[in-house]
Amino acid sequence: MDIFAQQLVNGLVLGSVYALVALGYTLVYGILELINFAHGETTMMGAMISITVIGAMVGVAPDLPGVIIVLTGLLVAIPSCMLLGYSIERVAYRPLRHAPRLAPLITAIGLSIVLQNVAMLIWGKQYIAFPTTLLPQGRHEIFGATITDVQIMILVLTVTLMAGLVTMVNRTRLGRAMRATAQAPAVAQLMGVNINAVISATFVIGAGLAAIAGVMVSANYGQAHYHMGFLLGLKAFSAAVLGGIGNLTGAMLGGMLLGIIEALGAGYIGALTGGFLGSHYQDIFAFMVLILVLTLKPSGLLGSKSVERA
Amino acid sequence: MNVLEALRGKVWLSAGLLLIGLLLLPFLVEAGLGKSWVRILDFALLYIMLALGLNIVVGYAGLLDLGYVAFYAVGAYCWALLASPHFGLDLPFWLILPIGAATAALFGVLLGAPTLRLRGDYLAIVTLGFGEIIRIFLNNLNSPVNITNGPQGITQIEPVKLFGFSLGKTQEIFGLTLSSPHMYYYLFLACVALVVFVSMRLENSRIGRAWVAIREDEMAAAASGINTRNIKLLAFAMGATFGGLSGGLFASFQGFVSPESFNLMESIMILAMIVLGGMGNIWGVILGALLVTMIPEALRYTGDLQRALFGQVFIDPADLRMLLFGIALVLMMIFRPAGLLPSKQRKRELAEEAP
Amino acid sequence: MKTSLLTLSIALALGLGMTTAQAADAVTVKIGQSSPLTGPQAHIGKDNDNGVRLAIDEINATKPTIGGKVVTFEVMSEDDQADPKTATIVAQRMVDEEIAGVIGHLNSGATIPASKVYSDNNVPQISPSATAIKYTAQGFKTAYRVMTNDEQQGKVLGAYAAKLGKKVAIIDDQTAYGQGLAAEVEKAAKAAGAEVVAVEHTNDKATDFTAILTSIKGKAPDVIFFGGMDPQGAPMAKQMRQLGIKAQFLGGDGMQTPKFIELAGADAEGAIASIPGLPLDKMPKGTDFKQKFEAKYGQIQLYAPYAYDAAYVMVDAMKRADSTDPEKYLPELAKTSYEGVTGKISFDAKGDLTSGPITLYTVKGGKWETLETIQP
Repeated sequence: MDIFAQQLVNGLVLGSVYALVALGYTLVYGILELINFAHGETTMMGAMISITVIGAMVGVAPDLPGVIIVLTGLLVAIPSCMLLGYSIERVAYRPLRHAPRLAPLITAIGLSIVLQNVAMLIWGKQYIAFPTTLLPQGRHEIFGATITDVQIMILVLTVTLMAGLVTMVNRTRLGRAMRATAQAPAVAQLMGVNINAVISATFVIGAGLAAIAGVMVSANYGQAHYHMGFLLGLKAFSAAVLGGIGNLTGAMLGGMLLGIIEALGAGYIGALTGGFLGSHYQDIFAFMVLILVLTLKPSGLLGSKSVERA
Repeated sequence: MNVLEALRGKVWLSAGLLLIGLLLLPFLVEAGLGKSWVRILDFALLYIMLALGLNIVVGYAGLLDLGYVAFYAVGAYCWALLASPHFGLDLPFWLILPIGAATAALFGVLLGAPTLRLRGDYLAIVTLGFGEIIRIFLNNLNSPVNITNGPQGITQIEPVKLFGFSLGKTQEIFGLTLSSPHMYYYLFLACVALVVFVSMRLENSRIGRAWVAIREDEMAAAASGINTRNIKLLAFAMGATFGGLSGGLFASFQGFVSPESFNLMESIMILAMIVLGGMGNIWGVILGALLVTMIPEALRYTGDLQRALFGQVFIDPADLRMLLFGIALVLMMIFRPAGLLPSKQRKRELAEEAP
Repeated sequence: MKTSLLTLSIALALGLGMTTAQAADAVTVKIGQSSPLTGPQAHIGKDNDNGVRLAIDEINATKPTIGGKVVTFEVMSEDDQADPKTATIVAQRMVDEEIAGVIGHLNSGATIPASKVYSDNNVPQISPSATAIKYTAQGFKTAYRVMTNDEQQGKVLGAYAAKLGKKVAIIDDQTAYGQGLAAEVEKAAKAAGAEVVAVEHTNDKATDFTAILTSIKGKAPDVIFFGGMDPQGAPMAKQMRQLGIKAQFLGGDGMQTPKFIELAGADAEGAIASIPGLPLDKMPKGTDFKQKFEAKYGQIQLYAPYAYDAAYVMVDAMKRADSTDPEKYLPELAKTSYEGVTGKISFDAKGDLTSGPITLYTVKGGKWETLETIQP
């Protein structure tokens, strides 16, 4: 096995998880310039809901093919998270749309804590297992690196969703309305765009993405926990910033890059620093990237024009 | 003339009464609720210092800092390293406290310098990252060279000693038996008084007004001749100084520090204190700090209450705690954004603008 | 289960009344218990609490006479939330209530700061589960434990790792527990002649270990030791399988849980983990304890047998000293020689167990099965 190739694959898989979550961040940020802190928690909710549904399905109809059961879990998780995303926007962000910037940010943090604790009350404090045996368990060798079926699924899904979103934003009426709202809400409104509806739609789509990400993450690692969304969300946000916040392709690129940085970093930092730094600094890379990008090139790699205020 | 004098007399009188009340408080609390509440009171005072420090950064200068606990950690570790068997050092407290506060201030500037251009949410997330980075380093600097002793933390930290008089042991003064929590109470009270005094002076100084100017409109502030860079750095440094001071006191009081005491949730709790109490208003912040420290202790009784009523606990009080703080953050921002005791200026600012 | 407010106040009133008026023939003595009763470790904390309660209920049923009086023990249970700061507050609260001794705390991070409060107030403390070496190394004469420390367990695990293979890789989760144990395993494995080919670290929130496992795989170890808890151990086992790592997976007591098997599924097969003490079914009173405990509180989570023993050890010392006064029974506590459900308990000068057998278990057919017991 080629170590380097394997680390690249590790990074790509990790990165596509970040990318999936980052898409949701960047979508909302692109329109509202708001860090939806609760996005990571929506991801967690998606994972939890799908596991619950899957568990119930296995109990009721154990003979169904595993993929169908997981798909059902996903199909329940997506609308549930969409509803959650819609409510979050209505309850916590919309009343503060014209308040100073500090206000929605503090609400976002508060919401994130609320969602974590609600999840803890519902699903308990322990990690819960995702029945991974339901999904194909194949392993494949490419260029001397191993990759599993689930990991390939994650990669394909990330790229497909990203492409789908880009098409939607550029080609559809809703997409045009979203772009208009992002650029100049007041003007968009004068031109007949119902910006409340557009913003709601953005949150709903973002939450749907989060649900998919949550299911994929828990399927890949075989477990879920009420706390899983927070750090994931932070790293995904860093990825979105790295790629250029507000830019969908950038979010994917940033996610992949961050994943690779983390994998290669954790794999080689010991050798590079002569043993001074070790793999325990893995979590630092995301924050370092964040700080470096924001101070040196706030618009990120593929910066969109909407970021002028950083 | 007479009226004025009478008034002045009254101010002094009420201040005197307040002082006497504060001095007697630990004894009243001990008699009423038990000595453990004196300890809770001590922690409340520490949090008041922390909250007032963060208030300078967030409340006055409007820079949302989510990594404030890093300065607390720096102060605590300074004390722990300079007064424990870990390095075999035992420096006197009047030397360590300034060192801790100054180191924290340095870290404040280190954080502030690269983030000067950032505003609002970006700043929040970068400071959050900074706080995590500090914690991760404290947790990992046990190898290859053991500096912080990593996750094991540092034990047997020396208590504050005044002229060979240790605050760590029960002492007899003028026939009065004072236990360690009591003596720390007075030390902390003195420190809080200092921090309040400095905060008040800052609020109405040139610097304080410059902070407000930056908070309201950075561009306009710069245009009217304020050196926004230095003024912002000063806010970070001042806030960090208070954080470092309380960190040092925490380490000496607790006798043990480990990185787990300085996690992100702690930063958010401190933020919750000032949001709840009223950003920018010293008395509001103090109220917030007291509420946030006392509520979890009071919540413990809801567990007993649930057990007495239903024979079992449905919702753990500790779980309720974070949930309540989360809900409080959201509700406060929506319905009372300026806090329970708002500062006048802040109230104006946080009121809804016309769309 | 904490005493309800009502019963607490009644007990308090009665207790006060008794000490003054009826002190002649019956007294109530409070024994403290502290562990996280809320938060992520609540189930393990409650387990400790139940262990202490079972012991105290049994002792009370025998109507023990100490110092010429029939003593009724009462458990005062406090929630330390596994938080160092809260631990000192509840320690103070229990000291205020004039407890005669305390069984606790669960985590090293909470036990160490609390031990200072107990030492300052001369209250004997027996921790059923704190493993950090520092706890008993502070020079407090009140600090004891009935659990092997990291060094004792690490020695056995390190030697065992060296026996399993020449090349050992070590991962820890950079928590007080994981790092402490892993550091001792590393030392012991080297001392036993094994080569430590990699030392990697992660954290207790991580789920992706592919990067460190890949770099470990490059060094082709025979054994991978993980110092940490089950939520990390399980995905680690999975990812080892994914990456085609054939090395033997070895862990400490944090991994020897049913949850590990539940989370890792089939990938848990063959993993080895240790728990200090003898397997309950090998102990003279073990099966009996298991039956009694399960009848009353359900499945044993982790440290209940240790908490149970700790309570017995404390009362045993009081009986020998014929006093519940810490001043008098503390010297007797040091001389303890007690046959408990977890093994023979006696203390060295620091308050650590003098001997501590360690039992290794392996996952076979989706269950933990006893592999062997090692006497150090």
